[in-house]
Amino acid sequence: MNAELDLAARVVELTRRLAGPGAEAEVLAAHSAEALTRFANSAIHQNVADATTTVRLRLHLAGRTAGGSTTVTDAAGLQSLVERTIAASRLSPPDQAWPGLTPPTPLRSAPAFDEATAAAGPHERAERVRDFVRAAGGLETAGFCRTTYSSGGFANTAGQAVEGRAAEAAMDGIARLEGADGVARRAASRLAELDGAALGTRAAAKARAGGRPIELPPGRYEVVLEPTAVADILDNLASFGFNGKAFAQHQSFAELGAQQFDEAVTITDEPLGATLPFDLEGTPRGTLPLVGDGTTVAVSHDRTSAAEAGATSTGHAGVASRSWGPIAANLRLAPDPTGNSTPETGEGPTAASARALVGRVRRGLLITDFWYTRVLDQKSLVITGLTRNGVWLVEDGEVTAAVGNMRFTQSYPQALGPGAVLGVGAEAISLPDRWSGVRYAAPALHLQSWNLTGNASG
Amino acid sequence: MAAAADRPGRRMSVGSPRVSGMSVDHFDEAGTAVQAALDAGARYADARVMVRRTETMSARDGEVEDLSSDESAGIGVRALVGSSWGFYAVPDLSDAAARAAGRRAAEIAAASALVPGPAIDLVPTGAGTASWASQCEIDPLSVPLSVKGDLLVAATAAARDAGADLAEGIYQIWDTRKWFASSDGHRIDQHIRECGAGVTASAYGDGEIQRRSWPSHRGQYGTRGWELVDELALTDNAARMADEARALLTAPLCPSGETTLILGGEQLALQIHESVGHAIELDRILGWEAAFAGTSWLDLDQLGTLRYGSDLMNITIDPTIPGALGSFGYDDEGSPAVKRDAVRNGRWVGVLAGRDSAAMAGLDYAGSVRSDGWARLPMVRMTNVGLEPGPHTLDEIIAATDDGVLMDINRSWSIDDRRLNFQFGCEIGYEVKNGKRGRMLRNPTYTGIGPKFWQSMDMLSSETVAWGTPNCGKGQPGQIGHTGHPAAPARFTGVRVGVRG
Repeated sequence: MNAELDLAARVVELTRRLAGPGAEAEVLAAHSAEALTRFANSAIHQNVADATTTVRLRLHLAGRTAGGSTTVTDAAGLQSLVERTIAASRLSPPDQAWPGLTPPTPLRSAPAFDEATAAAGPHERAERVRDFVRAAGGLETAGFCRTTYSSGGFANTAGQAVEGRAAEAAMDGIARLEGADGVARRAASRLAELDGAALGTRAAAKARAGGRPIELPPGRYEVVLEPTAVADILDNLASFGFNGKAFAQHQSFAELGAQQFDEAVTITDEPLGATLPFDLEGTPRGTLPLVGDGTTVAVSHDRTSAAEAGATSTGHAGVASRSWGPIAANLRLAPDPTGNSTPETGEGPTAASARALVGRVRRGLLITDFWYTRVLDQKSLVITGLTRNGVWLVEDGEVTAAVGNMRFTQSYPQALGPGAVLGVGAEAISLPDRWSGVRYAAPALHLQSWNLTGNASG
Repeated sequence: MAAAADRPGRRMSVGSPRVSGMSVDHFDEAGTAVQAALDAGARYADARVMVRRTETMSARDGEVEDLSSDESAGIGVRALVGSSWGFYAVPDLSDAAARAAGRRAAEIAAASALVPGPAIDLVPTGAGTASWASQCEIDPLSVPLSVKGDLLVAATAAARDAGADLAEGIYQIWDTRKWFASSDGHRIDQHIRECGAGVTASAYGDGEIQRRSWPSHRGQYGTRGWELVDELALTDNAARMADEARALLTAPLCPSGETTLILGGEQLALQIHESVGHAIELDRILGWEAAFAGTSWLDLDQLGTLRYGSDLMNITIDPTIPGALGSFGYDDEGSPAVKRDAVRNGRWVGVLAGRDSAAMAGLDYAGSVRSDGWARLPMVRMTNVGLEPGPHTLDEIIAATDDGVLMDINRSWSIDDRRLNFQFGCEIGYEVKNGKRGRMLRNPTYTGIGPKFWQSMDMLSSETVAWGTPNCGKGQPGQIGHTGHPAAPARFTGVRVGVRG
């Protein structure tokens, strides 16, 4: 039994003692050690780490529910947590939507855990930053290298008791040249897989290819989106489309069983290895198919949204899932294995995994990254945002000019709708988010139409 | 520019445990951590101990949906070794843990030296003992949960009864006690209480959802007690929100084109946050946020001369405003709260700075550095960045407008990485024709380029409210900052509105 499961079990026991045998309690104790080495102007300017154990309790007592958390894990802190939560529950109105506790359920098997990544220190991160900076060959660079280790245990009064660990690493950096930026980023379960030099070379190649950008007029353009941009599509689909609470409240575009996407689109959530193997309610996590060959087949649920929708929890309970909704954090868009793969040469504006798709563009844009994307209309999931880190005009399969950043206003599901996907890359790239534990795997995408609605002039 | 003290073996003077106005103080641990960092080779170090209680409740359609009550306590240490920074934080407030944290921070700083930058100096910011507390009439955590729950239940039920398809309410409370010590001799304790609330009514139409929020989506916040929430009168306004959300479903679409735009104060507060507040963050201007949050279109060479906006544009950086969300006694580097000009008569004159960024930029003031908790590195954040009152009123602005659109209460926001090209959507719009407010308009959006937009501001109301934004995201690892933005209704000419997907 790891330390966190022991802690969780003790809090469950304390709750039983103080609240009585009628209490339903669930406790997640999670230890998270996150270390991030950040650089800008080609120097390490911020270098941080913290190691925190947080205990979260949710209690359902006499029909009423309350939750609480603490980082003060000594006896007094835990006592205070339980007492405060009991007091809060007594003053809460009846909870009609209480879905009950997770019964004893075994975990699915998780991938191996990399000890070296969990134990990584500031020098290993700094070395990768140094490699990135050197590989950019004198261009100004910025970004970060991060390693995270988490260890957790969950217990409830219904007898569920599970534990697990996860370690992940991420690197994300830009190179800049005379106003043009290029990015390269990668997530991995093993720090050893992150090659700072390779990322620095790719970012610099983009920056070097971004010179003398032209301004293009607003309009609908054929596009190739690199995996880094596709990750934002997956993020927004997860938050607003496949969100089980939004779905239950008719705020989502998702319709189960309907062909809502192009048949080239298959999306799964794959949390194992990226995060703890169970959620905040102790539901075991696993692979969840969301879209199969264009047909929407599922949304993400916690126990509350599942009860409302007549479904089962998919293991997506989180701290705020009862109010914001249960959100999948590890979406994977399946690559097209029949497509051509090209090796990464570290030259030119196009990342290797997008090259084959770019070769088939008649006249359109190659877009590296999306930035500051926000929902304009939730039901149709119209998103507005900016391009970033490299945009190029492609004509008859060749990059012909760099293009200045543009604003877009586009419904994400419509952009991937039936008939709209002209090609999917052969390789899915694992990409990090700014929050640890969130990870995407995305191939490049060739889409029929993307609505660019503004440029630098307005 | 005075450099940070760099004599090896400096001793922090550590007072004996003291029961201050608070139940117990943590200066000992903070001081121990700082000394340990110095002993491990740092030439400057500081430590923040924070103990925070938070309480959040959400309600839906007349029922409490979620209630969480959290406690977080820990220590975060910054160490400057040579010209490299390190930071380490743990939730353990023992002496041993504080010592280990100080040492670890210095070790991390030493690793930073593998990829070194230019020499770091810190502008002086005074030192000494101080104590500060935000004003609070009604302690939010001591208001009975039943009272707070009944408020959200009543407000959302009122919206539902008036025809909303979905009614959501929320309140949030933060109660933070901090102890700050530095090797410069700072010894500052602060007690800051913040809270706020809001209600939103949504109406479902054919393939679209309209919503109206009071006082704004997810609410208004300040460094005040529960009296702030009482003043919001959520329940009194909830039914009207439901009516307006329903009316929006059949209102004509905001027309597309260029026109005269009148913005309500809450939307203008967010406009200020995105297109001024972030642009004047000195760390962004220096390129320290380039990979993520971005840079700024502002060039330090033009500080003092650049025309940012019209003569009506007077923006201050002011953490001294009583009760505003971004207010404090001292920032998280020990700099005292001071009001400064950022834009004066349309000209750019000031920035949000920290001790090291100011030194790098050749400026002599800091004062805008905060972390969102003990576990995070303090960084440049907005305090209260807002407009001074103008000479008009909203009624006068409308009466003076022959043909335009009025928009209010933010619904969506997006801006580029240099803080230049923005696009905003509001919950509700109105035609303004011949000096009168006319038909309601739905899906009002507008877009523009920062300085061009601000230079087109030709009328500004005096009816200023200090709006609070409790969700400003910045930094890696991510931090969520609380900022304040005094703003009043204003008019802008030649603005592109009605942008659609």
